[in-house]
Amino acid sequence: MPELVPEVTTALRGVGVGTGAAVGTVVVLAPPARPPAGEPADPAAGPRVREAFEAVAAELRRRAETSGGTTAEVLQATALMAADPGLLAVVDQRLAAGSGPATAVDEAVEQFCAVLAASGPYLAERVTDLRDVRDRVVARVLGLPEPGVPQLRGPSVVVARDLAPADTAALDLSLVVGIVTELGGPTSHTAIIAAQFDIPCLVRVAGALDLPAGTDVALDARAGTVTPDPPVALREQVRARRAARTALAASAGGPGRTADGTAVQLLANVGTLEDAERAAAHDVEGVGLFRTEVLFLDRASAPTLQEQTDAYARVFSAFGDRKVVVRTLDAGADKPLAFVEVAAEENPALGVRGLRTSRRHPDLLATQLAALAAAAERTGTQPWVMAPMVSTPDEAGRFAAQARAAGLRTVGAMVEVPAAALRARQLVAAGLDFVSLGTNDLTQYAMAADRLEGDLADLLDPWQPAVLDLVRATGLVDVPVGVCGEAARDPLLALVLVGLGVRSLSMAPAAVPAVRFALSRTDLGTCVAMAGAALEAGSPQTARAAAARSADADVLAL
Amino acid sequence: MSIRTATVASRVGLHARPASLFVQAAAATGLPVTIAVGDGDPVDARSILMVMGLGAQHGDRVTLTADGEGAEAALDSLVELVETDHDA
Repeated sequence: MPELVPEVTTALRGVGVGTGAAVGTVVVLAPPARPPAGEPADPAAGPRVREAFEAVAAELRRRAETSGGTTAEVLQATALMAADPGLLAVVDQRLAAGSGPATAVDEAVEQFCAVLAASGPYLAERVTDLRDVRDRVVARVLGLPEPGVPQLRGPSVVVARDLAPADTAALDLSLVVGIVTELGGPTSHTAIIAAQFDIPCLVRVAGALDLPAGTDVALDARAGTVTPDPPVALREQVRARRAARTALAASAGGPGRTADGTAVQLLANVGTLEDAERAAAHDVEGVGLFRTEVLFLDRASAPTLQEQTDAYARVFSAFGDRKVVVRTLDAGADKPLAFVEVAAEENPALGVRGLRTSRRHPDLLATQLAALAAAAERTGTQPWVMAPMVSTPDEAGRFAAQARAAGLRTVGAMVEVPAAALRARQLVAAGLDFVSLGTNDLTQYAMAADRLEGDLADLLDPWQPAVLDLVRATGLVDVPVGVCGEAARDPLLALVLVGLGVRSLSMAPAAVPAVRFALSRTDLGTCVAMAGAALEAGSPQTARAAAARSADADVLAL
Repeated sequence: MSIRTATVASRVGLHARPASLFVQAAAATGLPVTIAVGDGDPVDARSILMVMGLGAQHGDRVTLTADGEGAEAALDSLVELVETDHDA
């Protein structure tokens, strides 16, 4: 099927996430209102500002009552902030000193943010909550609508500067057919959510917020375009492409195999227990990446052995005889867990994270390994267990010994650090049964480009030939090699990875049917030829084009 | 003015849930209540932001004061709250 050809004059361009297309109505998540510059003083505004705080607190309390568990606790604590006598006292001081009403709110909040930030990293999320209160109060004081997620009424394309986790949590994802953001990158939070739910997504779209709310747009993630007021022909193309993808998902099934019968396992990435139970219902061969830290993101204290055992046992029993690859806690300054104390770091991506955390908190890893072993015993399953951020054979060897001593039989390591990829054979010789390439971090470290830095999206392309070189180096080991990263869900790149020696691919379950189809249309020799051609290329674009030359036409249309 | 000291029992210290519970209880007394860590300056115990900003850790000694009718009983209950591990 041809790419959608929008009218060049009207289409906005961006970086596509996934390969889908959709037509929907634009819903704009407006950026929060800011106090106007030079806002005039209004010393009599005190009562009005207090009313705004009280209204925001009341709304938060109402939301706390209708939610459960941790969410309710967080909302309750946020409501207390909105009614905080200390904060209101500082607002009064600022008003008396001549600040305008919205400006006074902003100044008082920032003063407390500074205090909280100085009290340690575990209060960082409270700073976010406090600024959320600020945005709501400022909007009320200025007589503007509160920021937040509007009620969706039909198939919607959500347009935002960037999506925060709180925004995506509030969205009714069943009605979101597309996401367009001005900022963000291909591995940002927005992109990961879009992948998880197989929602076509475009990031880095200049002028996205100018798309008028309420009008229809056609979004094509593969072409990287969003077209306002799509003509009938374009709408029809999108409809046909969506129908083809749905039919594809329904037709194919079963274990992954190349056209000539080489087994390539198709696995799911999961975080929460709900993720795992949802994924278990999909036609996947198991879990290739169980991100255990996601279970404990909201926790203030370390989960006990018993709690962890119960959680892991639920996931293991959901998958029964199918393979489950567990990654041990991946925490650090860039992925903070409240119960893991970390010092502020200049370069958190290069700091104490992943397995390195166990240097400072050996008990966390010991408890987790014991819980995994207990859950395996309880459910009669054999999980595979791997450590994140392993750099040296020594680290790999010590982790393997510790995991085996805890009673776990199949032990591996993530390959995310170029040093680990280059010396994968020595890593394996230190005592590993398997390795799994984390292509998102591997790309970030190989290209020295921050995953969250949207301006560097071109460097973060997993088709970068240097990244493929590292995959090839890893693919030479004589134990199973998997990929769990965004790279695995691109059908064409998946074929190249198989050509480089990868024999399991883990991704959002929604991406599995397209990859399964691509494998079924391609024999192993062709995968190897595609990989060879991509390695010869000088850029991500030419690598993709070189691989595409040997690909089946139906695979290219995915 | 009544004064008491207490030792923070919650493993996370006096933030998150323990801080919320403490602040709500302090506000419910209807009295002006203050809290200080060690020899530090006392802050309004009814302000979650000020209480969290104290950065009181597990095992820290805190000093509570209250004024007015029922201050003794109010402080007794607040001390008990601080000395309970809410994460257990």
